[in-house]
Amino acid sequence: MAGAVPGLSNSVALGIMKPPSTDQVAVSIKSVVKTFGEGPGAVTALDDVSLDIADNEFFTLLGPSGCGKTTLLRIIAGFEDLTNGAVFLYGDEIEQLPPNKRPVNTVFQHYALFPHMGVSENVAFGLRRLKHDEAAIRSRVSEMLELVQLDQLADRLPAQLSGGQQQRVALARALAPNPKVLLLDEPLSALDLKLRQAMRVELKQLQEDTGITFIFVTHDQEEALTMSDRIAVMSAGQVQQIGSADDIYERPVNRFVADFIGDTNLLEVKVTGTAAKGAVTCETGQGIKLTCLPAGAPKKGDRAHVSIRPEKITLTQPSRAKDAIPCTVGRLIYLGTDTQCLVNLDDGTEIMVRNQNAHGSALQFGTGDKAALKLDDGAARLLMD
Amino acid sequence: MARNSPRTLRRYPGFRWVAGGCLLLLYGPMIVITIYSFNSIRSITTWGGFSFDWYLKAFNNPNIQSATANSLIIAIAAATTATALAVAASLAMIRGPRFKGSEFGFALINLPLMVPEIVTAVASLIFFLAVGINLGLTTILLAHIVFCIPFAYMPIAARLEGIEGFYEDAARDLYASRWETFRYVLLPMMLPGILSGYVLAFIISLDDFIITNLVAGPGATTLPLAIYGMVRVGFTPEINAISTMMLGVSMIFVTVSYLIGRSGAKSKGS
Repeated sequence: MAGAVPGLSNSVALGIMKPPSTDQVAVSIKSVVKTFGEGPGAVTALDDVSLDIADNEFFTLLGPSGCGKTTLLRIIAGFEDLTNGAVFLYGDEIEQLPPNKRPVNTVFQHYALFPHMGVSENVAFGLRRLKHDEAAIRSRVSEMLELVQLDQLADRLPAQLSGGQQQRVALARALAPNPKVLLLDEPLSALDLKLRQAMRVELKQLQEDTGITFIFVTHDQEEALTMSDRIAVMSAGQVQQIGSADDIYERPVNRFVADFIGDTNLLEVKVTGTAAKGAVTCETGQGIKLTCLPAGAPKKGDRAHVSIRPEKITLTQPSRAKDAIPCTVGRLIYLGTDTQCLVNLDDGTEIMVRNQNAHGSALQFGTGDKAALKLDDGAARLLMD
Repeated sequence: MARNSPRTLRRYPGFRWVAGGCLLLLYGPMIVITIYSFNSIRSITTWGGFSFDWYLKAFNNPNIQSATANSLIIAIAAATTATALAVAASLAMIRGPRFKGSEFGFALINLPLMVPEIVTAVASLIFFLAVGINLGLTTILLAHIVFCIPFAYMPIAARLEGIEGFYEDAARDLYASRWETFRYVLLPMMLPGILSGYVLAFIISLDDFIITNLVAGPGATTLPLAIYGMVRVGFTPEINAISTMMLGVSMIFVTVSYLIGRSGAKSKGS
């Protein structure tokens, strides 16, 4: 039976349908500050973070380790108290409530399945604490195990399950009490690559089917980009940017976001004037003129940075065209679908170019060849920091 | 890796002799005691044939009977109380917030391990006399509880330290109160440590001599005191029989404790 319906999409067959989407705010974080320790040794984990997560949204907190994303998740769950600020869950202020009084459940990074309880007892744990009656618990547990396709393994102990199966038990256990918000703390990081990729699709499907608001914490940008409705990029305890996957990749607001999401080339420039459609012109130290779309409102003479994604640059034969930037080919790295090429501008600045092998463009060059770079329209993004 | 394997260890010069000598010193006397407990004649040096006479005699000796009963009552009561206190102490020390003097608390719990037993014995005796508690089973029990705590504490604390905090987070997240978190998650996970702590405390209480001897007072006698009393009068195979039975009980307990610890380590998994 399990083979007939791929993935976790059993949920539709079970009648767990997505409720109508509303514009309601599920979780609202208001000016949250969290400091660990006191005095000169104190560490600020969250520095005035404010954000709203909509009902029914797949929201991701993305950032490098130590950026405060897990601390924020633990604050929503109730495991950490905050130094300052407020947390609202569907309009109710919750920061004073202990974790067991919050209608929020968590999928932990290491699953945290209770090792002395079988699979069904693990899934039933939350329902038992909520004092549901035995018949209701039993039917909900089997419904949940069917949802994650583990109904055959109900009597196993966690230690007898594979990593992927434990992951599914953790999901079933967290979803069983039908929380208003599901928190996921890097739940895929312990799985191997293939399973991780499959689980991404399943998690997204599960979120859409159940209609529960998911708050997902990860340091893996690919995970964030593939699953999320919106992503908050965090660094050093602050939210750097909130937006869709497309927003944060194509239109980063600062150098951190541009550099953290994907690969990019960052060049120091000086703003020289304005161009059509809100674009501005600027010039690098060695006199390369670029037209770019700015993040913010630059003034003539401002020092700023330009971010150019390597796949938006094409490596061509040397050219006298006005927009061609002369360069020397350095190292070529064959990546299968693409070839990545490090080239040097005349002043030695290293630029990364990635071109699809379908065009065969980069493969015709060898190390030391003279070449030229051509930027796609709108490839250059001006960042004001 | 290969350096540490038993095969290469055996190649060290003199290893066999040192190991054999140690084993002989440790287990030789016990083997002799066990063998002579089945002697049919009243000698502990010449073998007169096989019999269970001395075991029957020991069983029917009223002094031994009452001493055994006292020992068991005290061992059970002391081990139970000490284990309960050790569980509470380990939760406070390991899971509680760091408090002022928590290191002092740790030292205090483990003090009976460092202080020479005779010092504890004399100090306890003086204390009991000073506060005016009549020496007897009560004083033995109080003294035993105190020196059993570190023995119960060690395996329990080691076990608790090995339990990651996220299990309790998960329980709290799934609507368990603090008590339910302890009752349904932490306690079952600590159980192997608690059982081995209990067994250790029980054994330590059962065979204590020095402290017991000082705080026992005239009437109350435990098994080690009774054996000592008999040895002073004269050595008979009856003592061998009693010692062999104590040895058997200890071995059973240690084996059980080991098996529990092993199954605990296994069920903890990855």
